Amino acid sequence: MRLFGLYGRTQDTLWTLIAAPAIWGVHFLFSYFYAAYRCAPNADIFASIGGTRIVVGIATVAALVLIGLVFRRAWVEWQAKGGTVRHDRDTAEDREHFLEFSTVLLAALSFVAVAFDVMPVLLIGDCR
Amino acid sequence: MNVLHAIAGLLLLLLLSACTGAQSAFDTGGVEAERVLGMFWIMVVGAAVIWIFVIGLSCYVTRVSPRAVDDRIGIRLIIWGGCVFPTLVLAGLLFWGLGMMPELRRPADGPTIAVSGERFWWRVAYDVEGGPGVVRNLPPGGVPSANEIWLPVGQRSTILLGSPDVIHSFWAPSLAGKMDAIPGRVNRLVMEPTRTGVYNGVCAEFCGEAHAQMGFRVVVVSEQEYAAYVRAQAAPAAVTQGPGVDLFLRNGCAACHSVRGTTADGQIGPDLTHVASRRTIGAGLLPTTPENIAAFIRSTDHVKPGVEMPSFGMLPEAEVTAIAQWLGSLE
Repeated sequence: MRLFGLYGRTQDTLWTLIAAPAIWGVHFLFSYFYAAYRCAPNADIFASIGGTRIVVGIATVAALVLIGLVFRRAWVEWQAKGGTVRHDRDTAEDREHFLEFSTVLLAALSFVAVAFDVMPVLLIGDCR
Repeated sequence: MNVLHAIAGLLLLLLLSACTGAQSAFDTGGVEAERVLGMFWIMVVGAAVIWIFVIGLSCYVTRVSPRAVDDRIGIRLIIWGGCVFPTLVLAGLLFWGLGMMPELRRPADGPTIAVSGERFWWRVAYDVEGGPGVVRNLPPGGVPSANEIWLPVGQRSTILLGSPDVIHSFWAPSLAGKMDAIPGRVNRLVMEPTRTGVYNGVCAEFCGEAHAQMGFRVVVVSEQEYAAYVRAQAAPAAVTQGPGVDLFLRNGCAACHSVRGTTADGQIGPDLTHVASRRTIGAGLLPTTPENIAAFIRSTDHVKPGVEMPSFGMLPEAEVTAIAQWLGSLE
């Protein structure tokens, strides 16, 4: 839970930095592998895949919530220290600020990416 | 300056000349190509508006009113103009584009045609029974042909795409988007031509040495003409006896080529039963004339470098001519 900052201040590392893109990656692979698996051997392309869409929908909500928590933690800590964008001094404090700000940006990117990845599920209801 | 003007004029002319013709996505003859073109124009206009705004703003702040801008304004501009706005535009475009797909891929009411991309030509079979899927090959049977695909106008025809060797891509820009032909799976493309005519198609995925010479024609005709064409293609060859036939069989051409009505039943190369009814030989390379057929037999690898068929330059001129005359009569 420390990762999501539910218990106050946390130390940022490369792991906290890549958490959001990693969730995006896992969600992407899961969605596409699962849909391909459910459609295989893809002989009946007009068969409805309602169940698959629901599962992917649940995975999407989970991924977005997790990314949202990563974003929230980094955002709160970044804002608490002024929310500035320049962190180029060779100090532990600046490294921390830099990682927090980068995490905010990566989490925002990952959130949008997950939303884009899942758009076919909204619009395409079968294996075509 | 005059030279520059002339070059600019020439370039503009070349650019505009690419907007019409049998192989132009701007000169549409099919439903899917029309949708893609409509999307293209809206995106061009949108991109132009954004470009004018960005360049205008950049000119304004550097030339018209050059002064220091507050950091906060700069950051807001980056966040709203550089992040939020592009994200919303891309989301809208993605939603719009994806929304078109189910409609374009809905069930077809026209014929089903199997098209196999093979290095470096297209094997065609009309009226096959089967569907798409993975871990499978194209359905067998049907009326064989090659490098020319006839379609009935106004009907939604299913093109089943496969390949026995490498990945190819089937693309007739005037009619529809491209679709890959992948070994071990069968892909489905629906084509709905809206006007009759002859269109060009190409292989759009690099597949080897003669990739650029792997073209095809799509001939869009009325429903009646289509039915008559497929009936004619199903019939045996028009001429099945004579010196050309004997030489064709004696020189081993039948190891790879079929001519129905004779004993030639090779399956490696294109079916030649009605080769003279097709507009081109060598997969869209040369107009079908006895002279071009003779040139293709004599120096195949010169006419089409990389082709699997060996050159038969060792054959006496008279024999090549006789074979070419016979093939040239097979309408």
